[in-house]
Amino acid sequence: MFLWFHKFGSPPHFYRIAGKWLPWLGVTFGLLLIAGLYGGLIYAPADYQQGESFRIIYIHVPAAWMSLFVYMVMAFCGVVIIVWRMKLAEVVLISSAPIGASFTFLALATGSLWGKPMWGAWWVWDARLTSELILLFLYLGVIGLHSAIDDKRIASRAVAILAIVGVVNIPIIHYSVEWWNTLHQGPTVTKFDKPSIDMRMLIPLLIMALAFKIYYVMALFQSCRAELLRRERNSKWVEELSGSN
Amino acid sequence: MSEFLNMGGYAVYVWSSYGLAALILWLNWYLPRRQHQQLLQQNKRRRHGTGE
Repeated sequence: MFLWFHKFGSPPHFYRIAGKWLPWLGVTFGLLLIAGLYGGLIYAPADYQQGESFRIIYIHVPAAWMSLFVYMVMAFCGVVIIVWRMKLAEVVLISSAPIGASFTFLALATGSLWGKPMWGAWWVWDARLTSELILLFLYLGVIGLHSAIDDKRIASRAVAILAIVGVVNIPIIHYSVEWWNTLHQGPTVTKFDKPSIDMRMLIPLLIMALAFKIYYVMALFQSCRAELLRRERNSKWVEELSGSN
Repeated sequence: MSEFLNMGGYAVYVWSSYGLAALILWLNWYLPRRQHQQLLQQNKRRRHGTGE
């Protein structure tokens, strides 16, 4: 197990494996996306209160879930960086940041587009919205801090600490709709008893969530490959790579 | 079909959400991919320029 971890963590090995996986991830994402879009836009019935506008949920909720998930990945990488100084974790952390920021922005923007017709406002300073906005700033902080320090190994340790400290925001986002009175609706899917959503609406949502997750892995691998080349451009394996093709 | 595109009067909100998602997902895939290809080319040039 440790040996596998060590091997998978070596830059040339990961670079090769990621390259091999990319086409398969792309195909899987494409199929899930088609199924999810069909389910969400055509198969699912209109909401009895919100009409057709509820279909924004198929972008909004997966993006919001991913904004939290990607942050958790970054924080996990942060721990690995601090404890084991693993190079691959550094690359995964910094490559995740723009993707996570994008998901967060998408969740906020689609929330706005949903809020306008339903609540009558693009934005309210509500606990859920505000804590999600702070998450966006955390992502931007990670990106900015990393680019401000020239030595990338030092930069990685700095962003690792920032990522770990920022984890405190994650439960705040998740429980914000229960702790405070908010305009944002409460959880409908992640309740322990039966979710209060029609199965025909729920299944496309879960498919879209899975599609977004696969997409994250795909975009992450793509981005990690570029970052690995940039960081290791003077190492032997990169030279061999450019010699062979 | 036009009924589908109309989204019960919420067309602007629904389609701009989906459009924005498409744009953002495309960018996050395309930009690193382009960068990766540029880096590969740079390495190749560097190798052939200074090698031998």
